[in-house]
Amino acid sequence: MTRDRFERGLLRVLKPLVIAFLFLITAFPFFYMVMLSVRDIQELILDPGSLWPRAFTLDTYVDVLTRQGFLTFLRNSAVVAVASVAVTLLISIPGAYAVARLRFFGRRQVHFLFLAVYLFPAIVLAIPLFVLFTMIGLRGSLIGLILVYIAQTVPVTVYMLRNYFETVPQSVEEAAAIDGCTRLSTIWRVVLPLSKPALMATGLYAFMIAWNEFLFALLFLVDRRESWTVSLGLSQLAGSIEIPTTVLMAGSVVLTLPIVIVFFASERLLTEGLTAGAEKG
Amino acid sequence: MTTTASKPQAPQHRRPARRGRTLRQQEERAGLTLISPTLIITLVVVVLPLLWAIMLAFQDARLINIRRVGVFGHYTLENFSYVMSEPGFWSSLVNTLVYTVAGTALSIALGLVTALALRDRFKGRTLVRASILIPYVAPVVAVAFLWETMLNPQYGIVNTWLSEPIAFLTQAKGEFLGVQVPVALLTVIAFEAWRYFPFAFLFILARLQALPAELDEAAVVDGATPTQRFRYVIMPQLWRIIALLSVLRFVFTFTKFDDVYLLTGGGAGTEVVSVRVYNFLTSRDDIGASAAQAIVLAVFLVVFLAVYLRFFAGGERSDQG
Repeated sequence: MTRDRFERGLLRVLKPLVIAFLFLITAFPFFYMVMLSVRDIQELILDPGSLWPRAFTLDTYVDVLTRQGFLTFLRNSAVVAVASVAVTLLISIPGAYAVARLRFFGRRQVHFLFLAVYLFPAIVLAIPLFVLFTMIGLRGSLIGLILVYIAQTVPVTVYMLRNYFETVPQSVEEAAAIDGCTRLSTIWRVVLPLSKPALMATGLYAFMIAWNEFLFALLFLVDRRESWTVSLGLSQLAGSIEIPTTVLMAGSVVLTLPIVIVFFASERLLTEGLTAGAEKG
Repeated sequence: MTTTASKPQAPQHRRPARRGRTLRQQEERAGLTLISPTLIITLVVVVLPLLWAIMLAFQDARLINIRRVGVFGHYTLENFSYVMSEPGFWSSLVNTLVYTVAGTALSIALGLVTALALRDRFKGRTLVRASILIPYVAPVVAVAFLWETMLNPQYGIVNTWLSEPIAFLTQAKGEFLGVQVPVALLTVIAFEAWRYFPFAFLFILARLQALPAELDEAAVVDGATPTQRFRYVIMPQLWRIIALLSVLRFVFTFTKFDDVYLLTGGGAGTEVVSVRVYNFLTSRDDIGASAAQAIVLAVFLVVFLAVYLRFFAGGERSDQG
């Protein structure tokens, strides 16, 4: 009994400490990021230990968006992400439906393929794709990048969607078929409206991959500054000494903010989707 | 299941035959049509390039002569003997292994602690939970730059707290309490743990919240202390998810390129194989050697996985549902 009481007491003290520690190590760096992005570089050099800027400025943001070209990068990233999401959904919805509902030759082997793609190292794929895109002149174009992102996400999204489609009762679909729906219109009018949460989660998953990806963007786009994504732009400019760190921090905020907003706007759906997809994959 | 079941059924269906079989054929057709875009894009962008990568690894390929290197080109093992005879390769493989094992273990351990701490409701839990997820959600380029800035020896905030500045990311070896430690490698591992513990946290918390409360309550009634309950009631139910997480994190980290490349560029004793692959591909323009290294990396990954599954197979198999 005493051991029990001792342990309970200890945990009562430890738990808040652990939680505070976890909050600190995750929240502080991002707090610091924002604070660094709204001050002048002189202040950082003179007083590197200060957390709160003496004078707030938004010039860093103006600088990074216009002079450093982050507006263009943002546009590129948005194009890549939105196109990836749209095409991924377009391809994976019928694919997932087929795997969930229809019996066809090779249906079970398909699973293995998806698992393999999900676990497959991107760095191995990077080599032939780099060579291929150099040969056919797709390097420097966003299309090639979008194509790669789609191929990387589709297997996982097919899995995520399939899991959800299987929960849609078959009788509803049969009713629709009796009412004269073709297969496609059954998907469009019955299955999809019932699967909105899964569609959201899937779309967000594809969006996150496309927005955050770095390796392929680096390999394909690095020679053409006007088609850099935000991630690539920040990584390339981070090495230069002419651009002040505070301006680049503003760039980091510009890069991080959209994905964080998108994530928390639909967080519950996404985490469910992420764990469901990953658990199966 | 369904494909095999259809065979013995076929004779029974012979009587109402025509329609039954055509429906079945229609279904087959529709299935293949609907899945074909998925198959085509995976085939073109994943499977064929993979085969080509294997071919390239056995050829003397450079970007300049790539058009002359065909399917029936000259095959050789030279790339493999060349990359494996370079001393940097084996040390980078060791780095990769250390980085992967330590990063995986730390992120899962931290994720487990987090999941246990955030299991019960408390005031502000939503906020803490949201904060914990940010390192995982945020783009790797942004967080790597953030770490670089915070750890900078001149103006990094972490170094202003220390009595003597430490070059966390550019110093291969340092002394800590009289022991030689690989500073940069440890920093990269810490980054890995920090960035991916939310991933482990999400999985473990989901599992924790699905556990039946009765077992825990029964243990309380039986007088089990909190640590006993953790050891004998909760942990046995978490092993499966932890084993699965270990595999996932190991696979992803072992071939990871972004994190190390962005933090150190592979310098200061942190070079991992994937960074070498990239350097061979871009700066040395040696496609063959680059591909050979990537293949060797993949083979080692498969070997390590096989060893792992061999020893922990029991917990793993039941997860494949």
